[in-house]
Amino acid sequence: MWHWIQRFSSPKHFYTMSVPLIKWFTVGALLIGLYGLYLGLFVAPTDYQQGESYRIIFIHVPAAWMSLFVYMVMAASAGIGIIWQIRLADMVAAASAPIGASFAFLALVTGSLWGKPMWGAYWVWDARLTSELILLFLYLGYMALQSAIEDQRSADKASGLLAIVGVVNIPIIHYSVEWWNTLHQGATVTKFDKPSIHVDMLIPLLLMAVAFKLFYAAIVLIRARNEALYRDRNRRWVRELIEQL
Amino acid sequence: MNWSEFFNMGGYAFYVWTSYGLFILVIVANIISPMMQRKKVISHIKRTIRRENIGQAKRRHQS
Amino acid sequence: MLKAYYYLLFRDLRLALRNRHELANPLIFFVLVVTLFPLAVTPTPETLQTMAPGVIWVSALLAVLLSLDRLFKQDYEDGSLDQLMLSPNPLVILVLAKVTAHWLLTGLPLVIIAPLLGLFMSLPMEAVIVLIYSLLLGTPVLSLIGAIGVSLTVAVNRGGVLLSLIILPLYIPILIFGANAVDVAMAGLPVSGQLLFLGAVLALSVSLAPLATSVALRITASR
Repeated sequence: MWHWIQRFSSPKHFYTMSVPLIKWFTVGALLIGLYGLYLGLFVAPTDYQQGESYRIIFIHVPAAWMSLFVYMVMAASAGIGIIWQIRLADMVAAASAPIGASFAFLALVTGSLWGKPMWGAYWVWDARLTSELILLFLYLGYMALQSAIEDQRSADKASGLLAIVGVVNIPIIHYSVEWWNTLHQGATVTKFDKPSIHVDMLIPLLLMAVAFKLFYAAIVLIRARNEALYRDRNRRWVRELIEQL
Repeated sequence: MNWSEFFNMGGYAFYVWTSYGLFILVIVANIISPMMQRKKVISHIKRTIRRENIGQAKRRHQS
Repeated sequence: MLKAYYYLLFRDLRLALRNRHELANPLIFFVLVVTLFPLAVTPTPETLQTMAPGVIWVSALLAVLLSLDRLFKQDYEDGSLDQLMLSPNPLVILVLAKVTAHWLLTGLPLVIIAPLLGLFMSLPMEAVIVLIYSLLLGTPVLSLIGAIGVSLTVAVNRGGVLLSLIILPLYIPILIFGANAVDVAMAGLPVSGQLLFLGAVLALSVSLAPLATSVALRITASR
């Protein structure tokens, strides 16, 4: 097992060995995603309280989960990169930042679009939406630092450390935003907590969450291959590869 | 379940379908941007190879 | 090890006190920003009071943020940062010394001048006292977390905006609890909860932040 990890983590082998993985992940994401969407849009019953508008939950909640999950993966791989100097981990961290940011953005926009019919306003300083917004800022800060430092190695390490500091701060930020929200929570805004979700609604939600994860896995491997090419551009294996293209 | 009622989404059509539209937009963007990034990286490497070959040719020519 | 801490602390203080005028800049910036708000909004005491805690805390935060560059920038340019990293003493202690020096030069003056701003914003007396306590607990945390950001962007030449983009999200919990402590004090309610939270964050950042800063310095500042 350790041998396989050793071989897989060298950029050259990773470049070729990741291709079948990408194929399987995309196929999985497509199938599960379409099935989840079908269940969510057609089969799931209408919600007694919100009518049809709750169907946005099938992309809003998985996107919010994913934005947090990708940040955790980013911080973990950055940690591995800093501690064990495994270059592939740095590539995965650098590759997953834009994906996480796009999920955070998607969660924010669908959240506000869902808020309009429910709370009557596009932007309500709800605890979850505010923490999602701050998470998006953390992503943007990570990407800004990543591109600001010229030397690739110290850029990876510096932004990796920022991701770790960020991950330590996420619970603190989330707790203080929750506390701040309950403090200023006027009685007017009905406190929307997760309704006791009906099993027909839960299944598509979980399916979509799995589909999002598979989609992320496929895209992060594709991006990591680009990073591998770019970082080993002076290495022989990349030169030979490029000549054949 | 006729189609017109489905698309109407109980009056919330605008909100549901805009968010699903944005969902597709984000998915497509996530698929396209790595492809463009790949083209950029490959052309960048090709250019550096060509520059180095010209450099070597000139040095061989002078020596 | 403690000798190195004190030596570096006094060296930094001596260095900074040599050009005294430069020291006043964050202070003047702090007072200036706070005086902008009554001009921009309304001078009537009631509205000033409701927004006073937030205004004072945000401008204190920005004043610290602007003065953070001074922490490592000069040492990085004249090479003494490399000497510091080569010294036998653990880098964590040296970073702690530099951050304490930075706090004494920027954080503490903010606390001292805060009552004047309380006067500007017509804050009642008990709110001003809580303002001083919350700033006293909050500004060291701002310097400590700011030190992490500065050490990450020390190699970037135009790192000012980047620094604030990285650090401001991490300042949000301190801002929330600091501003709220003063707000609640104005309403006469007990503020122990908020101040305890600020104390807890202070303890957390005193122990972890220098560690992260020294790791970051080893990464970015090694030319």
